[in-house]
Amino acid sequence: MARQRTRTWIAITAGAALALSACGGSQDEGTDSAEGEAENGGSFSMYVCEPEHLVPQNTNETCGGEVLGALFTPLVNFTPDTSELTYDGAIAESIQSEDQKVWTIKLKEGYTFHNGEPVDAQSYARAWNAGAYGPNAYGNNYFFANIEGYDALNPKDPDGDGPQKPAAPGTKELSGLEVVDDLTLRVTLTDPFSQFPLTVGYTAFFPLPKAYEDDPKAYQESPIGNGPFKMDGQWQHDQQIKVTRYEDYQGDKAKADAVTFKIYSNVNTAYNDLLGGNLDIMDSLPPERLSEARSQFGERFLERPSSSFTYVGFPLYDPKFKDARLRQAFSMAIDRQAIIDAVFNGSFQPAKSVVSPVVTGAREDPCGEACTYDPAKAKQLLEEAGGWTGPLTLWFNSGAGHEKWMEAVSNQLRTNLGITDVQFKSLAFAEYLGLLDAEEVTGPFRLGWVMDYPSPQNYLEPIHSTGGSSNNTTYSNPTVDKLIAEGNAAESVEAGIDAYHRAEDQILEDMPIIPMWFGKVQAGHSDRVDDVVIDAFTRVRLEDVTVQQ
Amino acid sequence: MGRYTARRLLQLMPVFIGTTFLIFALVFAIPGDPIRALAGDRPISPSTVATLRDEYNLDDPLVIQYAKYMVGLVQGDFGKDYNGREVTDIMAQRFPVTIRLAVVAFLFEIAIGLVAGVVAALRRRSYLDTLVLVTTTAIVSVPTFVLGFSLQLLLGVKLSWFPIAGISQGWYSYLLPGFVLGALSLAYVARLTRTSLVENLRSDYVRTATAKGLSRRRVVGRHALRNSLIPVVTYLGIDLGALMGGAIVTEGIFNLPGIGQQVFLSVRAQEGPVVVGIVTALVLVFIFANLAVDLLYGVLDPRIRYE
Repeated sequence: MARQRTRTWIAITAGAALALSACGGSQDEGTDSAEGEAENGGSFSMYVCEPEHLVPQNTNETCGGEVLGALFTPLVNFTPDTSELTYDGAIAESIQSEDQKVWTIKLKEGYTFHNGEPVDAQSYARAWNAGAYGPNAYGNNYFFANIEGYDALNPKDPDGDGPQKPAAPGTKELSGLEVVDDLTLRVTLTDPFSQFPLTVGYTAFFPLPKAYEDDPKAYQESPIGNGPFKMDGQWQHDQQIKVTRYEDYQGDKAKADAVTFKIYSNVNTAYNDLLGGNLDIMDSLPPERLSEARSQFGERFLERPSSSFTYVGFPLYDPKFKDARLRQAFSMAIDRQAIIDAVFNGSFQPAKSVVSPVVTGAREDPCGEACTYDPAKAKQLLEEAGGWTGPLTLWFNSGAGHEKWMEAVSNQLRTNLGITDVQFKSLAFAEYLGLLDAEEVTGPFRLGWVMDYPSPQNYLEPIHSTGGSSNNTTYSNPTVDKLIAEGNAAESVEAGIDAYHRAEDQILEDMPIIPMWFGKVQAGHSDRVDDVVIDAFTRVRLEDVTVQQ
Repeated sequence: MGRYTARRLLQLMPVFIGTTFLIFALVFAIPGDPIRALAGDRPISPSTVATLRDEYNLDDPLVIQYAKYMVGLVQGDFGKDYNGREVTDIMAQRFPVTIRLAVVAFLFEIAIGLVAGVVAALRRRSYLDTLVLVTTTAIVSVPTFVLGFSLQLLLGVKLSWFPIAGISQGWYSYLLPGFVLGALSLAYVARLTRTSLVENLRSDYVRTATAKGLSRRRVVGRHALRNSLIPVVTYLGIDLGALMGGAIVTEGIFNLPGIGQQVFLSVRAQEGPVVVGIVTALVLVFIFANLAVDLLYGVLDPRIRYE
């Protein structure tokens, strides 16, 4: 009985698919004659988790980022392998500055939003103003903090966390944004920043059409972008998001006719769907099934380094961790590769730097000895630093798979450094972050980082500069601050890299954090699709994917 | 009976206020700042934090927060989750999924559970009775997630008889998850029916009915079974509520966007209004299911009357 029913279903779906592809085919004939290369057509499905938001200025997680990546084309692109800046297939023609402070962005002509509106300088000003406007409370608000006029849009709360409301800003526009003409936008920063062209490739800097202003809430249920795919209907929460090829796209058109983002709440379920052939591409395979996936998918299993970085920070406000030799001893007592193999199926890469290998100008092994497993040297360093007395508490957030490897770290510290009394403190994320901000964490703590733009600066300034936005160690070294500022003021993106390298060297010498490992992204796909490429932002380039017919 | 029902409905009010406050206080008591957790490892600007804390009244003391919530509720405003979605939207989208799932599970329980129980009771000590005993014991001892993942892998991935995940194929998508969700209760219903029926089959009135020359079918169907159903109906009534609230695991395995999943996510995100809204609705389901059970007693056993 059941089997028969399935057959009917297959017949129905196959029929529907035929009908769909027939529609797609007839559309193609009309519009693609100008294109030299024949398009493949067809449609496929892609794994995604439920996005939090679909307004680019409010989207800072990977689920929404994946969907917006299909709907939007950024100002600048990066080569998939080396993460180098390129204007190929991007909206900007050039981004230039004399003094690294006032930047002129020239746009290419002819790009349009999916509703026909032109992608002009005004659409960028509109989007960035919305992102910077405090009362919008957008998640990417902090990206605009270095543009002049940000403070006027984000008045200080008079009583901190108290019940009083901050005063409403007097203006809705950043004074540092100037629309010179339709295709020219001038941006004035508060401080020189050589890496600015790299930053604007991020989701937060996507443009917005006029339609957004009419009704931001309605906009996010069916976002209108400027990219190779456009929305097909509404965002069906927790179920799916459908997009189709945007036929009037100015750049290289997408190969496939349509993509369905299937929303899953559980990666194991999604993986079963991939095995069963109901899902075509999945880019975050469950870690515990990686070895199975490797053999199961063979050539259709993809792996590449991602930008994610896991580290263990020291609470430098606690005098016990003041001595750099002690911190180095901890680092050298940890056998990273052994933990990665035993706990993670080898799915990470041991960290030998604090800057991910996927960014431009990353170095092979700037850390050297201090990140190499050497228990004898570690013990010696610890003795020189005066040894360790009393209990040691390791901190991490619970329910995110950190228990096992933290346990392994504690075992290695116990065996290699003779620290007998190691305890754990695992808390829910909200509480954990609160204690970190309040500097109430009393031992080494786990944290992670994912890059927003492929510059070494993105791994240095937020985490290691004095008062940096994610500086939870309270590390502060004037030399590092000076070198980062020097890199920021350099003449070009490339010219800044040397100063950043020297800053990284100094950080590794002081070792405010133990670099643990860099992530890898693993993907699998069905035999229906081909040309699946993942870029350094761990985004699948959906516009390049071809469907076997 | 009308007065009884009215009295029961009036009792709803204190229960409603009590549960909402209790749930609200529990979510409030979870340590940590939910707004800070929104950003996770990433930075979040102070102005964003301030605006959001203000929007969700997070700087107010518990009682004020609760009062503001109730004032909104009375006006039909259920509040929003931290992503700005209306709780009413979420519930409107997710409740139908869970209700469908619960209905399918419930039908499985009644259809298979009752039949298996009756068969086992009528053929006591037979091969069939043993089979029911062994199967139900096996089902009870296997945790739901094991049963769910195994059936998904076997019937979905390997044999492709059923959809693996999602709800894109209508009611057909609910068959397998419904069975998994109902399996445990199905076993209880079978055992409960069997025990109760066996006991009643031995009673005096059944012997009298048989002696009067009634057919076996009529004796079992009208007399013995009807009386045996009282404990089963009690169990089913409570279970209907449990099915709706307790589907977290099943909904997760089969990727069904129902309320179990949402409650789990919202508790983790400390989204008070969402948790209170959904759980209150569940409390109402429980209360009404219990009321229905109590009224059904009267139908099943005429000796029970409500004044």
